[in-house]
Amino acid sequence: MMAFVMAIVKRDLLLILRQPADILNPLVFFILVVALFPLGVSPEASILAPTAAGIVWVAAMLATLLSLELMFKLDHEDGSLEQLLLAPYPGWSLVLAKVLVHWLISGLPLVLLSPLIASMLFLPLHALPTLMLSLLIGTPTLSLFGAIGAALVTGVRGGGMLLTILILPLYVPVIIFGAASVAAAVQGMPIDGYMAILGAMLVFALMITPWASSAALKL
Amino acid sequence: MSAINWRMPRWFYQMGSPKWFYEWAGRLQPWFAGSVFILLLWGMIWGLAFAPADYQQGNSFRIMYVHVPAAILSQSVFMAMAMAGAIGLIWKMKVAFMVARSCVAIGASFTAIALLTGAIWGKPTWGAFWVWDARLTSTLVLLFLYAGVMALNQAISERQTAGKASAILAIVGSINIPVIKYSVEWWNTLHQSSSFSFTEKPSMPAEMYLPLLLTVLGCYCFFSLLVLMRTRTQILQTQSQTSWLAAHRDIRGE
Repeated sequence: MMAFVMAIVKRDLLLILRQPADILNPLVFFILVVALFPLGVSPEASILAPTAAGIVWVAAMLATLLSLELMFKLDHEDGSLEQLLLAPYPGWSLVLAKVLVHWLISGLPLVLLSPLIASMLFLPLHALPTLMLSLLIGTPTLSLFGAIGAALVTGVRGGGMLLTILILPLYVPVIIFGAASVAAAVQGMPIDGYMAILGAMLVFALMITPWASSAALKL
Repeated sequence: MSAINWRMPRWFYQMGSPKWFYEWAGRLQPWFAGSVFILLLWGMIWGLAFAPADYQQGNSFRIMYVHVPAAILSQSVFMAMAMAGAIGLIWKMKVAFMVARSCVAIGASFTAIALLTGAIWGKPTWGAFWVWDARLTSTLVLLFLYAGVMALNQAISERQTAGKASAILAIVGSINIPVIKYSVEWWNTLHQSSSFSFTEKPSMPAEMYLPLLLTVLGCYCFFSLLVLMRTRTQILQTQSQTSWLAAHRDIRGE
């Protein structure tokens, strides 16, 4: 089964590397959304710094949503999804492989980009490790819950908008604890509790979402 | 290891048959309709006209007799919808998906009523239509969850597939509701000092909560009645090609 998962990961990464725009667009979107906040709210550091954590988390969430639709769509259109589901491996292993690929192309780049974004929003430097760590633990949860939505809207017209409505309410706990952990770090308070809860959410998502997504794919 | 030989009662499987459900729902409907009429009329008149006014909020507290039942039902209906969806997925019952589909709009309406009456109640009590209070926020998220299930039901034209997809979403949503609720509660206590709290006494006198009990029960009956009616309508829509329905007195008009 590990070989099955790795084969899908390898194949999908190769396919995506041949179309680099698919990875770059959500990242450009991420930076663009963040750049709109100083324009719309205020360029003052005193206003931006306290809201930086929330802005980065909201933008990361939107960027994740943007690339979610592609998780199963292309495979569904060319018919390979059906073949993969017919393979003698459980459906959740396919979902896990897809989620891993999605995180590698959307979540991980967001984590790596976050120092740049944080400095644009004047986030205090000592809170930066917390921001990166919270994104590192939080974005896989976003990809996992997103997989349910992506699986549900596969082959449905108007899927992209629908996906947003289905998934955003489920993201509420992640953004609350993700942004709060950074706010705590800014004030110099301990962050262990937040990271533990974000980790618990990740484990929780790992438990239920692969099952639910594979059930949704097999409808 | 011995095989698990555990079965649900016979009526449970019979309810999976559209014909049976249609018949039984038709027989139950008048009873629920009667209960709704008595309970809501009794509870509302008692609560709105005769219950004593609150010593702090005056008469404005009376919106509670609409607000509280709607808020309770908004959560119960989601649970009922998720359970009906799970029954549909596990026992592969068409009728269960229809019941779940019937729940969506009813639950969303109760949630909207709860939010709306809450806003109207909030203005004289808290001085604002909307505050980012934990309960309000989690109810708003609940409304979004309903909107998601509703949108998914609309987007998939094939009823059976739409039912299964919505069932999965409703189950995942219902598992998440406690997580959302507790994280919002935690978030609120961190970000907001306790400037807002319900000013009512810890225990209400019987003349105040008995009418409330009646309206809550009345709303549960109202919900059940609406689910039965809506599910029967869906059976009529989807089973129109079947012989039992063609021979049914409701269709032949006898």
